[in-house]
Amino acid sequence: MSGYATGIVAILCINLIFAYAIFVTAAAGQLNLGGAGFQAIGAYTAAWLSSNAGQPVVVTIPLAMVTTALIGFLISFPVLRTRGVYMVLATFAFGQFVSGFLLRSPTFGGAIGMVVSDYVGIGLLIAAAIITTALVFFLMASRLGLAIRSIHDDEPVSTIMGVNVRAVQVTTFTIGGALAGLSGALYAHHFSFVEAQYFNSLLSIYVLLFVLIGGTQTAWGPLVGSLFFTLLPEVLRVGGSWRYVVFGVAIVAMMVLRPQGIVTRELVSRLSPRNWFGSRPAPAARMADGG
Amino acid sequence: MSDAVSLGKPKPALSKGVLIALACIAAAGLAMLLGGRVITQQIISGLMLGSIYMTVAVAFTLTIGVLNFLNFTIPTLFMLTGMVAWGLLARGYLAGFGGWAWLLALLAGIAVSILASLVVERFTFRYLKTRHGDATEHAIPLVSSLGFLLIFEHLVLIALGSEAQRFPVPFKADLYLGGLVIGLPQLASLALALGIVAGLTYVLKQTRMGRALRTIAESPDTASLLGVEVARIVPIVFILTGLLSGVAAALFTVNYGDVSPFMGEHIGTKAIAAMVLGGLGSVWGAVAGGLIVGLAETLSIHFLGGDSVQMVVWGMLLLVIILRPQGLFGASSIGKGKM
Repeated sequence: MSGYATGIVAILCINLIFAYAIFVTAAAGQLNLGGAGFQAIGAYTAAWLSSNAGQPVVVTIPLAMVTTALIGFLISFPVLRTRGVYMVLATFAFGQFVSGFLLRSPTFGGAIGMVVSDYVGIGLLIAAAIITTALVFFLMASRLGLAIRSIHDDEPVSTIMGVNVRAVQVTTFTIGGALAGLSGALYAHHFSFVEAQYFNSLLSIYVLLFVLIGGTQTAWGPLVGSLFFTLLPEVLRVGGSWRYVVFGVAIVAMMVLRPQGIVTRELVSRLSPRNWFGSRPAPAARMADGG
Repeated sequence: MSDAVSLGKPKPALSKGVLIALACIAAAGLAMLLGGRVITQQIISGLMLGSIYMTVAVAFTLTIGVLNFLNFTIPTLFMLTGMVAWGLLARGYLAGFGGWAWLLALLAGIAVSILASLVVERFTFRYLKTRHGDATEHAIPLVSSLGFLLIFEHLVLIALGSEAQRFPVPFKADLYLGGLVIGLPQLASLALALGIVAGLTYVLKQTRMGRALRTIAESPDTASLLGVEVARIVPIVFILTGLLSGVAAALFTVNYGDVSPFMGEHIGTKAIAAMVLGGLGSVWGAVAGGLIVGLAETLSIHFLGGDSVQMVVWGMLLLVIILRPQGLFGASSIGKGKM
């Protein structure tokens, strides 16, 4: 692989894991616009453990994940007191605060950033992305995944059916935190350098767009969304600044034409091998759609 | 959501404005006594900066209060005004107007901001009231407005370049008051910003259109049952949004004398902080929030250094969200989602 292609694949893997981090909470109906904050904590934890404490990668990455999972768990309690637009704003404030804190903190290099001593190759990134994707598919197919989907579709009914909504939402924030930490730690180790300015509000916005454009109904959404978002700018590279204009138009058009995201449950069931020979969607999909 | 939107509460607007003005003077006077001239100067600059944040925060809070929509295009409308005004002057389109060219350029910038806001309404709000029954559907206009943010920002980059530019302001008048420097344009902008907000409050409280807006804020469905033409009233919110962002940008440009394609991001995020601090949907909350954020910014630069602003402002905000999610002046039922 050429250096250019490796760079794109690395960013794609990191974005994919990051998108799944945001997806897990969004699948339960919670929008997190502070993703960059979680990723930054993961990246800086790994960077600090690697460069200042001299720990190997097998220690830094899991510890970074544990840290962000813990922070996701703790932040979920105040954040879950808010809803809708207010939750978007609360998580946004969290992300801004973290990058402001890192910018100011001398332990983490302030505005200069930090060099990370241990390097992680592209192979591990690809493996991590594949494992994360598989785990999220498994999660969404599990009993917890069923609860997550039911909260997404109708929270009051889920409560009536005996789903412990609060516990599920706290769990999704914790899992989301761990995955964002993983993506941050991989970023730090692969690019060997972290700086607070990278983890800005625009990054949080982009990753939320990956998820919402891809679709929050199925685990295919973030996969399609991050492929679309990472590859489309590369395809459009010829146009210079125009590609962002086209990109923006694509986003607006998507929201007008297909506001539920590219991949929906109905689309998945229509494309599944079981229905290749019949034109009608599966009964389950029709029910999900009608509800 | 009725009591959440304090647009609807029968409170005298003027007395609130006077109260805030008095509080500002009192703060400056107290600082003069306690901290001396340097601190007073910081407080004055903070209030002036706060008046810009305040105007943008009112634009944010109006869209959230009436439509429950976090409009991320507001920072770009702000930037659009400044850059279009500069572009008109730099390209010499207004050369024939002599000394008044700068004012015409700014007015044209505000007009462009209003037009752009109406385009956003057309494609973001008019077609997006579909309900597909999930928990994330309220984010659709938000995502769309992020798309417009990309479009406007990069169109400006293509047309006018990415550099920060000097906007020629023809007058430089400072008022010296007991050793303190008060910029006259700054003073004028504080007065103008407060005036616009007071006018807005009057419109919302006393006019037929204001009553229609408050009805939509309470319940869009009931509003249309009662004969309010929702589809015709909603664009007014966007016109006001464009106007407020445009005026804020014009004041900013006159005060600080420079424009750049990225000027909106900094102001926009601070205005969001100001709005949340004051309480979503509350106009006077946004006013107070804007002034507090402006003060916090200049004081933290003075005491803790330039890098600390982001941490102080957002840390303060995070605390408010955790301890008092409705904001300092908002009611507790906010953010339930309705449209």
